[in-house]
Order: sequence, then structure tokens, then C-alpha cells
Amino acid sequence: MPQITYVHSNGTRTVLDVPVGTSVMRGAILNGIDGIVAECGGEMMCATCHVYVEEDQLSRTPIQSDDEKAMLEFTASERRPNSRLSCQLVVTPELDGLVVYLPETQV
Amino acid sequence: MPEPVVAVVGTGQAGFQTAASLRQDGFAGRIILIGDEPVPPYQRPPLSKSYLARESGLDELWLRPESFYAQHQIDLLAGETVTRIDRTKRRLHLASGGELSWDHLVLAIGARCRPLAVAGAELDGVMPLRTLADADILRERLDQTRDVVVVGAGFIGLEFASVAITRGVGVHTIEVTQHPMGRVVSAAISRFFTDAHRGWGAQVLLGTGVTRILGAAGRVTGVETSGGQCLPADLVLICVGVIPNAELAREAGLTVDNGIVVDHHLMTEDPRIFAVGDCANFPTPFAAGRVRLESVQNAVDQGRCVAAQIAGKPAPYDKVPWFWSDQGDLKLQIAGITAGHDTAVRRGGPDGHFSVFCFRAGRLIGVESVNQTADHVAARRLLAGDPELTPEQAADESYDLRAHTRRLAAR
Repeated sequence: MPQITYVHSNGTRTVLDVPVGTSVMRGAILNGIDGIVAECGGEMMCATCHVYVEEDQLSRTPIQSDDEKAMLEFTASERRPNSRLSCQLVVTPELDGLVVYLPETQV
Repeated sequence: MPEPVVAVVGTGQAGFQTAASLRQDGFAGRIILIGDEPVPPYQRPPLSKSYLARESGLDELWLRPESFYAQHQIDLLAGETVTRIDRTKRRLHLASGGELSWDHLVLAIGARCRPLAVAGAELDGVMPLRTLADADILRERLDQTRDVVVVGAGFIGLEFASVAITRGVGVHTIEVTQHPMGRVVSAAISRFFTDAHRGWGAQVLLGTGVTRILGAAGRVTGVETSGGQCLPADLVLICVGVIPNAELAREAGLTVDNGIVVDHHLMTEDPRIFAVGDCANFPTPFAAGRVRLESVQNAVDQGRCVAAQIAGKPAPYDKVPWFWSDQGDLKLQIAGITAGHDTAVRRGGPDGHFSVFCFRAGRLIGVESVNQTADHVAARRLLAGDPELTPEQAADESYDLRAHTRRLAAR
């Protein structure tokens, strides 16, 4: 099962096995990671599952839709070039080893 | 002094959020989260969308894993019904016979489906859709259904219909008004979705009511309409709106008027009792008077607002309302409250990506977008302040909305 590393804003790391087909957001929620809020449940109606993807892994992540780009305007923490909505990062074998950084706040 | 106790009644999205935010905001006292459904808090929107369509499962439905509640010292009493609020002794009476003391009480008791008062409504196969239990039955039934009649073309009815159509079920949707979703959307959006459903193969009958539901051997067989038609049905979904669950509050002597009446701080006339989510009737700058809203946004933001107050950071409730609905390949996103608009202009295209901007007395009050998230995002930003947008600018596609939004934000 692909491993995803969640780096909390205080620097601690949680490594989770996330099944293929599950989003990075859902993996965090199901395992009680507090830094992801996911208020809309993955419907791309909010931006409370915001993560920063490890810069050199960006090319491995799925392409950003226009909807995701638009919704990223609502992030509570600074939007950066490596900002993503983790509900849109659906885990594939290629994402094994992905590292995402959780922002200081989601709301 | 002992730490205070907060009792949150209702395990829907509003109740869950209140409890979760209390902890996050540093509240150190006891938190009791009580609800009559026998399962941990879950999301309702997918019940008429992806969960119903079997595109998502239970894992996607839970708001948090079961371990979350113990981890955050939230006492979750799932499957417990509150029968009475004693304001003098500050107690809750439970159906199981117990009592709970509280210092602050948050009513997040939601709403229930309005029953249809016609003969035959009790037949097997006549269903509401509100809870996980309802959705689980409907999921099974849809597998064996040939003809469904959806009574009421609101969000839930149309979402259910769009899922049923993709399952190859014959769908009749009947709506007593001329405007599907008419309580919440403009005539243009209502027409657009009516046409879309017809295009997908559903029969949509407007201005049509139900005179009775027909059955044989206790099972539903059809629906007789006010137009005199007999529509075949082995499943009938009744979704003609909800009734706010306000009885507990009324019996406790609190004011009830289309929901539990609260002030700008979501506080009832008893300063120790709040109401949030579907059951709360609150004043808002986003409508002409008071409103009661049924949405995730409303539940979440109101839960946060009350949690912050109890945790010692009071602020009035002032969030921009937003809603969404998924039907077929269409995503409807609404920002603001468009009811009561006097002007509606369309922005965007014949390609099915467009928005309707709604104005009252020259001021933008809401925007309804179809597959056009960028407009929705801009609208949520604009409505948070004075939008300063004219109908002419809104209708002009060459007018840059994002730049307009940024200009206002920069001030």
C-alpha cells in the first residue's frame, strides 16, 4: 500500500499507508490527523484540506483542475505554488512516498 | 470551581462541529455530544449523491473515525434521545431514563422530513431521505426498482432523481409549483435544471400534486396526480421539505418560529442555550429578515461560532451562506441568498458553464453558478463585503471579476 507522509505544522511526521483510490485527505481524516479539516467532505466547495506538496514531488501529483485552482483562493494559510487540495490527490502507486506539509491553520 | 459542562444535542454536522471546535478552541470542560441516531456523526450530502450512487462507501461518510471522540474527550452518546430540557436545574432528561447536567446547552437537533398527508403514504416503498438508514434502504431498493416517482423537486429530490436515472430506473418527478428548487434558486436556474432532467430522460411534471398513493398487498404500485394521471411506481420518494425539530425548545419555553429563534450570537433568550444548523432561525445581513438554512456551510460555521463563544471568544455570526448540489454532470454552486431578488443577469455561456447574478435594489445578493467554480469563488468573496458590482458588469463576460474582487480586497 502506498505510504504518505504528513508533516504537521510543528514539524512532526506521521506516515500512513493509504489505499490506492483513497484521497490524501480521506487518509488523514480516517486516521485522525487534526491538521486536515475537510469541511465539505471532498466536494471541492471549501479549502480546508489544504496541503503543501514536497516541491520535487509536484510533477508526480495529478494535474490541477480549474475548479481546484479557483477554490485554492480560499486557503486560510498562504497559498503557494505547491498548494493543493488534498481531496484531489487520489492515491495511486506512483504517489507512494509522497510528502505533504500541513499548513498552520485550515480555517 | 469545577470545569463547566457543555451538552450538544444532535450529532449532525452542526453538533459535531460544535464539539470538535470547542476542543480546538481550548475548552477544557466536559463535552457531551448526544444524538438519537445509533452511529457516529456522518455527512449527509453524499446520501443523495455519491453514497446513493454507490460511488462512495461508509468510510467516506464518517466525519471522523470513532476513535476521534475518545481522543478529544468528547463523550459521544449515539442512539440516545433527549426527551426534556430542564432549564431551572440545567438538566437533560434522556429516553433511557438518565439525566445529564449542563452549564451550556447547544441545540443542533436539525430537522425531519415533512410527511405527505395523503392516503397511501404509509405503504411499503414510500420513503423519505434524510438519514443513513434511509439511504441504505434506498440503495438496496434502487437495485430492484423499475419505476420511481419523486415527489418534490427540491435539491434532494432532484439529486435522487439524477442518480436513479443513471441506474436505468424510469423517473417521474412531480413538483407542486412551477419551479423546481424554486425556494432557493432563480427562475433561470430552475428552468435550466428542469430541462436537464428532461434531457436525461426523466419526466418532470410541474404544477402537479399528489392526490393519493396507490398500492396492492401493502406495497406501493403507483401515484395518482392532481392532474388525474396514474404514474407507475415501485418506489416513491417523498421530499417535500423539512420541519425543524423545535419541540424540545418550545416545551422548555424558548421562542420557536420556523425553528428555534436565536440572536446574532445564535443565542436563545436563555443566555446558556444556543441553537445551530438546520433547527436555528437567525437574523442575517444576507437576507431581508430572519432565515433558517439547511446546509453544510451553515452547520459548520454556526457550530464554530458558538464553540468560540463558549470558549471565551465571542463574535456575532456573519458568514456568507453557500450551498451546492450535484445532479448528473452539473454542479450547482450558490453563494448568498438569492430569494427576493428583483434583477437576475446571466454571465457566461451557451457551453453550459454559466452563472446567474441576482440583485435586489441594485445590490448583488447572490450568485448561482453551474459548472463555473471561478464565479462562485468570486461571489463568496464579493458578498463578504459591499460587492459594488452592477448588473451590467456582471453580465459582461469581458469584465474581469477577479480583478474587481482584488480591487475591493486591496482597500
